[in-house]
Amino acid sequence: MTEQYQTIIRDGLWKNNPALVQLLGLCPLLAVSNTVINGLGLGFATLLTLVASNGLISLFRHHIPDEVRLPVFVMIIASIVTAIELSMSAWFHELYLILGIFIPLIVTNCAITGRAEAFAARNAVGPALVDGFMMGLGFAAVLISLGALREIIGQGTLFSEAHLMFGESARYFKIIIIEDYRGFLMAILPPGAFIGLGLIVALKNVIDTRQTAKITASRDATQADNSALQ
Amino acid sequence: MNTIQKHILSIGLMLAVFAIGSTSLVVITENATRDKIADNERQTLLNAINILVPAVNYNNDILSDTLEIVPTKALSTTTATTVYRARQNEHAIAAIFTSIAPNGYNGKITLLIGIYQTGELAGVRVITHKETPGLGDKIDERKSNWITQFSGLSLSNPKSSQWAVKKDGGQFDQFTGATITPRAVIQAIKNALHYFEQHQNTLFEQRTEKHYD
Repeated sequence: MTEQYQTIIRDGLWKNNPALVQLLGLCPLLAVSNTVINGLGLGFATLLTLVASNGLISLFRHHIPDEVRLPVFVMIIASIVTAIELSMSAWFHELYLILGIFIPLIVTNCAITGRAEAFAARNAVGPALVDGFMMGLGFAAVLISLGALREIIGQGTLFSEAHLMFGESARYFKIIIIEDYRGFLMAILPPGAFIGLGLIVALKNVIDTRQTAKITASRDATQADNSALQ
Repeated sequence: MNTIQKHILSIGLMLAVFAIGSTSLVVITENATRDKIADNERQTLLNAINILVPAVNYNNDILSDTLEIVPTKALSTTTATTVYRARQNEHAIAAIFTSIAPNGYNGKITLLIGIYQTGELAGVRVITHKETPGLGDKIDERKSNWITQFSGLSLSNPKSSQWAVKKDGGQFDQFTGATITPRAVIQAIKNALHYFEQHQNTLFEQRTEKHYD
């Protein structure tokens, strides 16, 4: 059981990361990753939706007819997103005013339908909730990294406009990384998003290749040792 | 009825059940949040108005004391606009309304403009825009304080020829790499001031009662 959860955690955060490996949900990912704070906002809203939709779909998985599962998933996801949007507007209005525009974007995030189909519809509620949380966390991590990359290159700062999310006291969260920076507009505009994501995916692949090479090398070494002993 | 038909029917029924279920979720949430959302929106609007015209300057219920104005070329509006009217003991103090700069770099820029009875600007804020991040978006008060320089100005201060960006011989700064955006905003503010001057008397005349519930 714990082994299953470990696999889910590793899959969501790294091995099967929705943004870096499955390459799902690119529309909102590329559109709203121009600053760390924007990335954090969309990441949080996506995480919430993923957990809720995975949980509900897993709960009803024995009642959803196979032939019409996709329309059912879409209905469930759309109504969850609407309910989240309304609740946020009612009880977290300040936050809603900032994240409000991102929330309808979540419906277009196929990572959510993807997890419903690939995981929630086939697993018990517990693992489905963890999968939703981990996939959401993995997606949010990429959003935040890409946001940081684009914000540093684009305007030479980090955490600018944090007060939009954390209130007035967060105005001082802003860190100026490069003094008197003139800005590099392309990083903030859509091409910067594509290039930035490409670089992050490449970095992940490099790390993975090195890892595999190391494991193979050490295995070869052990085998060599073993045969020498024999 | 053969088995295939029965199967199709049962699938259709299940689909209907899920449709009813998810619609109910939305309906229940909408019902539970409706009043709170209306309240929040009212408060947000009031906050926006009070930034332009401080609450101590008027004592009427400004959100109910409104006037609808039909779309007009002078404000570049395409839908009816609401004018909020501030009064102190029944005396007209200021009018707050939205105006549109149609010629931003990336389309329309919507402004909220407050003008005192004297023709002086109480203030201007950009409500929505699609200007380039890092360049034209400095018109947004959250990005720079450029927009706050208009408070206290009027059609006679500065004189008409100075109501332009420096590049066009006026007195207002343009942004590095972005002239079109501030030019559009300045023109829209000037137009709104003209509109106010021409319609000042009628703007405060009719009283409408509007209830938020």
